[in-house]
Amino acid sequence: MIPLSWYLIFAALLFCVGLYGVLARRNAIGIMMGVELMLNAVNINLLAFWSYLYADRLNGLVFVAIVFVAAAAEAAVGLALIISAYRRRNTVIAEELTMLKG
Amino acid sequence: MLADWLYIGIFLIISLFLPSVALIVAGILGPKKPNPVKNSTYECGVETFGESLTQFKVQYYLYALVFLVFDVEAIFLYPWAVAYQVQTVFYVVEAIIFVLILLFALWYAWRKGALEWV
Amino acid sequence: MSGTQFIFLVTAGVTLAAAVMTVSARKMMHAALWLVLALTGVAVLFALLRSSFFAVVQVLVYIGAIAILIIFSVMLTRRVVQEQRPRVNRLWWVAALLALMLFTGLVATLASWNGLYPTGQAVAGHPEDIGALGLALVDPAGFVIPFEVASLLLLAALVGAVFIALERKGGMQ
Repeated sequence: MIPLSWYLIFAALLFCVGLYGVLARRNAIGIMMGVELMLNAVNINLLAFWSYLYADRLNGLVFVAIVFVAAAAEAAVGLALIISAYRRRNTVIAEELTMLKG
Repeated sequence: MLADWLYIGIFLIISLFLPSVALIVAGILGPKKPNPVKNSTYECGVETFGESLTQFKVQYYLYALVFLVFDVEAIFLYPWAVAYQVQTVFYVVEAIIFVLILLFALWYAWRKGALEWV
Repeated sequence: MSGTQFIFLVTAGVTLAAAVMTVSARKMMHAALWLVLALTGVAVLFALLRSSFFAVVQVLVYIGAIAILIIFSVMLTRRVVQEQRPRVNRLWWVAALLALMLFTGLVATLASWNGLYPTGQAVAGHPEDIGALGLALVDPAGFVIPFEVASLLLLAALVGAVFIALERKGGMQ
């Protein structure tokens, strides 16, 4: 049997890789990919806790389904924003999108 | 239940193994006599021009977007459909409200012309 | 080491390697394809966690829809000169340091948590019950509000994304 700690440490590693991607990437779509990795790490954590500690309850499964919906909504709106910004400014580099900078 | 997934895993490994072996063996055994004409990109015999990765139209994105929303809908409606036999009318009405809200989304995309291929 | 542990370690290694390639690949298209591999690895882990339903949903939603959306966006926002420029910003080492610190903090928290090695029957438990999940989703005593709110969230996301992504008629170009 796989110990619960393996899943948690794997999810922590995946989350940190995603965090690095979000903070370090210059391309806005690369930042979105980092966010997707982080959300996946969260889902692994949720399902691991459900499977090892609360397998008789449904809260964990509903939570995972809601995270899927949130991830889909975030990807849809975020990528639409990137496409819109690209159309106006002809760039997807996050540092060059400085319209809000005073 | 994990044993069921084991079969999928075995199929996955075999389906990765066979084509990669075919490609590797062909790469080792095949004679290599390259020349510029042979290495050029083949496209119906016509000379190629431009980049292979051209810019796409936004319609591709909008279609994928509508698909994504109704794909996520399946997460919720599939468990509901599994439990259909033990449900009352009230439960069915709730699911119909769920679908109607998403049909409104489809109607909006339709009205805005997101589904038109220009 | 048992068979499932071996499968877990191989899957985790492949997934992490794919995740690292996702955040470090020079070409965005390659990064998107590495992301697909990482998402597949996560789907295998869902199956190992005895949740067949979410393993399938992971393939269906993440790989089938979200990854496609990301690939389409990469194709839409392509620029020829882009690949020659640095792919990370100049403070990337701060980002790496922060990620490393977060990982250290998480592992330290886990090590001091005494619920890490659960005992009892839950470990040997059963696969998820899809019928019960479906019933709970529409049960007023269960999760009917999250169920309807999820639908509203999807509606808002679609309306917003269509509004933002669609070109104004006779506008920008």
